[in-house]
Amino acid sequence: MAKSKTIKVDYLARVEGEGALYIRYDDAGVHDVKLKIFEPPRFFEGFMRGRDFREAPDITARICGICPIAYQMSAVHAMEDALGLTLPPELHALRRLIYCGEWIESHTLHIYMLHAPDFLGYPGAVAMAKDHPQLVQDGLQIKKAGNAIVSLLGGREVHPINVRVGGFYRVPSAGELQPLREQLLHARDMAVETVRWAASLPFPKFERALSDQYEFVALSHPEEYPMNRGSIVSTRGLAIPVRDYDGHFREEHVEYSSALHSTLIERGAYFVGPMARYNLNYERLSPLVRQLADEIGFAPFCANPFQSIVVRSLEVLFAFDEAVRLIENYRQPDIAHVHAEPKPGMGYGATEAPRGLLYHRYQIDDAGKIAEAKIVAPTSQNQKTIEDDLRVMLPKFMYLPEKQLQAQCEQAIRNYDPCISCSTHFLKMHLQRAERTAS
Amino acid sequence: MVQPTRALGDTKPKARLAVWKFTSCDGCQLSLLDCEDELLQLADCVEIAYFMEASSNPSPGPYDLSLVEGSITTADEARRIREIRAQSRVLVTIGACATAGGIQALRNFANVEDFIAAVYAHPDYIDTLKTSTPISAHVAVDFELHGCPINKRQLLEVISAYLHRRPPQVPAHSVCIECKMRGNVCIWIAHGTPCMGPVTHAGCGAICPAYSRGCYGCYGPKENPNTASLCHWWQRELGAEKAVVIENLRNFNAAAPDFEAESRRQEGDDGQK
Repeated sequence: MAKSKTIKVDYLARVEGEGALYIRYDDAGVHDVKLKIFEPPRFFEGFMRGRDFREAPDITARICGICPIAYQMSAVHAMEDALGLTLPPELHALRRLIYCGEWIESHTLHIYMLHAPDFLGYPGAVAMAKDHPQLVQDGLQIKKAGNAIVSLLGGREVHPINVRVGGFYRVPSAGELQPLREQLLHARDMAVETVRWAASLPFPKFERALSDQYEFVALSHPEEYPMNRGSIVSTRGLAIPVRDYDGHFREEHVEYSSALHSTLIERGAYFVGPMARYNLNYERLSPLVRQLADEIGFAPFCANPFQSIVVRSLEVLFAFDEAVRLIENYRQPDIAHVHAEPKPGMGYGATEAPRGLLYHRYQIDDAGKIAEAKIVAPTSQNQKTIEDDLRVMLPKFMYLPEKQLQAQCEQAIRNYDPCISCSTHFLKMHLQRAERTAS
Repeated sequence: MVQPTRALGDTKPKARLAVWKFTSCDGCQLSLLDCEDELLQLADCVEIAYFMEASSNPSPGPYDLSLVEGSITTADEARRIREIRAQSRVLVTIGACATAGGIQALRNFANVEDFIAAVYAHPDYIDTLKTSTPISAHVAVDFELHGCPINKRQLLEVISAYLHRRPPQVPAHSVCIECKMRGNVCIWIAHGTPCMGPVTHAGCGAICPAYSRGCYGCYGPKENPNTASLCHWWQRELGAEKAVVIENLRNFNAAAPDFEAESRRQEGDDGQK
């Protein structure tokens, strides 16, 4: 019998957080694939119990330094759902604007600094900059423009301070947004070039068999490309309101990971993130984005995760286009926020984080304290799909020398832009269940 | 184009920089990548020898300057930080997790008995300590840069200072001073908004008051804060509930000694000394 081989990466680089990879395989096939998440648990759902409902956006932002806006958005929407608050459209538009900033900043970080080095054969962006200085400079300037939106509306890039249940602490005047518009228009041109460049990269051929197609899951809204609102839909006909999430998705605790694996109850693994949004909402992208996709010959449906870098670049372009539109249509709201009075109840919120669907659920008591919190991050939803990809992919690339094969596996993981810091805070959920049975 | 900052003919070996992560959100090391205008110049001045979030080519120590993000929450982390200390000429901790235990230090205040019982129900699955502690509780630290998250300008100042072997210019005064320098109207005096500014370490640039919001202490305690007086005035003058006072002391820097002592005092004995 052929001796089995292993691929072992003890500490995955160019992902956010601490993860490892373990694959055991031989000529007969792949026997074991584990994306191990060893990032220590931080127990967010645990220590949020007893905290004031107004603290949720600030506390959950600290789950992730790369996508704090996503946590703030899902948290405020869930709280507003519990309290029965409706926001005027101007405040909704401002939330969408700050979310555009985060998509740009987070996607561009991934495109240029984490993923591009895979395609061009460098250990990282700094080494890549020696041979491709302009490329890296452009990436940094695009990212800076995204951060400029977050900084202006949020106060700072990481863990912004201006988002609150009911709206914002302070809203900008139309005049304050004008210089930002100039910067965004310039960066939008660079984003167009990014799309053309991303489309020219060499992509490994990779497709799932017909019997093994991905189920893409994303928000969908009739009026807009999804960020803050919509129902949860999938490519296999799922169409549910956000509050039905728990009835259709289940989390499993696997021994080797400090993040729970999330699956669709009837069908198993699913796929969230830019590709899911794109495949389910193509027609709601702006004309400029669809026109460019057409120009580069990129179909409205993408099923090769190695091409996710192209989808991300199209979403960055969309976010610039959308941000410019929002600024041009901006009218300063009369109020910065709707008053939020504590009221007991259950609230559900799901928004589209850069990496995909981010679900929050909170129970609030009479005094406005959080009685229970549940958070499902995009990476824990993709974890099983990532492992399945490696299982399907490996036999096709077995001819590669071992070092290259390992690099290919790491690239396959980075296709999902996994955020391991985000996905690791679930254990308290499990512990809570254990506590209940113990008492 | 990036202008090289090293003079032609300068062949001195570059200082070796390492960035380490413990239990954290990645936000403070991201601040380094958020230095969009300076990152490539920095990479020209120093060798970025270890930075897993940015490069898959880690280089072994020793290192001239180690930046450490995150708190210690597992036995393995406690072991690993000692190894890193041994390999680092200068070790600087960055952010509230590394300097004060971070938001995850709220476990230090939890009912530990419940917590242990819960953890031991799955001993093979979970590897975690009962407390989240700052790096300085485990090894000697040369400088602590506070904030949740840190300020990237201050981060560049600290790196620059250690490269030139001079003390970093990072003031330890309160957010109030920054607020005055920014020209903000005092939201406490003018609007009666509870604000942690008087006891909170400067560094953010007084962002919250500039956005009509009270400071919530994310940079941790300033040097010699009078927290007892602040809590007194929050309750007496501004009518803040005790629970709100405790929540504001007990968030992102909950285990910083000055904030921890005061929150326990508030919780324990209704203001008696």
